[in-house]
Amino acid sequence: MTIGIEHYVTVSSILFVLGVLGIFLNRKNVITILMSIELILLAVNINLVAFSAFLGDLTGQVFAMFVLTVAAGEAAIGLAILVLYFRDRGTIAVDDVSHMKG
Amino acid sequence: MITALSFYLFAALTILSGGMVISARNPVHSVLWLIMAFFNAAGLMVLLGAEFIAMLLVIVYVGAVAVLFLFVVMMLNIDFSELRAGFIKHFPLGLLLAAVLLAEVLIGLGAIGQGGIKLGVADGSAAVPADTSNIEAVGLLLYSKYLFLFEVAGFLLLVAMVGAIVLTHRKRGGVRGQVISRQNARRPDEATVNVSPEVGAGVKL
Repeated sequence: MTIGIEHYVTVSSILFVLGVLGIFLNRKNVITILMSIELILLAVNINLVAFSAFLGDLTGQVFAMFVLTVAAGEAAIGLAILVLYFRDRGTIAVDDVSHMKG
Repeated sequence: MITALSFYLFAALTILSGGMVISARNPVHSVLWLIMAFFNAAGLMVLLGAEFIAMLLVIVYVGAVAVLFLFVVMMLNIDFSELRAGFIKHFPLGLLLAAVLLAEVLIGLGAIGQGGIKLGVADGSAAVPADTSNIEAVGLLLYSKYLFLFEVAGFLLLVAMVGAIVLTHRKRGGVRGQVISRQNARRPDEATVNVSPEVGAGVKL
């Protein structure tokens, strides 16, 4: 039983779908939405690393590192905005964020 | 055999943890399941021979991002039961959409997989050099071909750090801070005064 690239891509697509489902199910809870985005980015990273390993080409791993960088920055900025919003409103329910309708 | 076994172990635990992240009632539990998912994904990457990215995943995600999440969840006093109000309402539609999405991805994968995925041919510009460990090979590539991208990534982290500080920093009113110029401008003769009180009269300040 050899583990091929299909196995890794299947795992990462299931993880990706779980992340999308998390955004759908927890529409009010920004913290869980941010965690779902982290799951999606993790799925992307597994994909990049798997293809890099099976191709014998290191570019995928370098790119996975850049995805990691962006994910870390996104989490920091997202949580900072969340703290700011909580200070302003006293709640983090996002379904009534309609101040900037335009 | 042991590779296949560990793959299925790590894969099953990653997917289970991912499911618990989005379905746990308590966000603290969600964060802990997220840490579990990252550990198992790191295990998958070790199986692939990408030790550097695996360790980076553990250090960056478990050490920084997950702790940041935990910190924010515990710092904000939030009524989470109220936030789960739409969970049941959105459950059937969300599940349907997720099933459709997953089926599409897997059908695409199966269609390509008739006879194995054609991986294409790497142009060899980033091939793994012989007799180098994974971290050495990644370093050789990162500091030569992708040097500019690497520095841009560092700059991105700097901007994210400055942005987070600027966003959350606030000036508090009514705080008696230190004013160094006023301290330095103060002279002894205006700060102290000599009095000679009469016996038993006391001193008025």
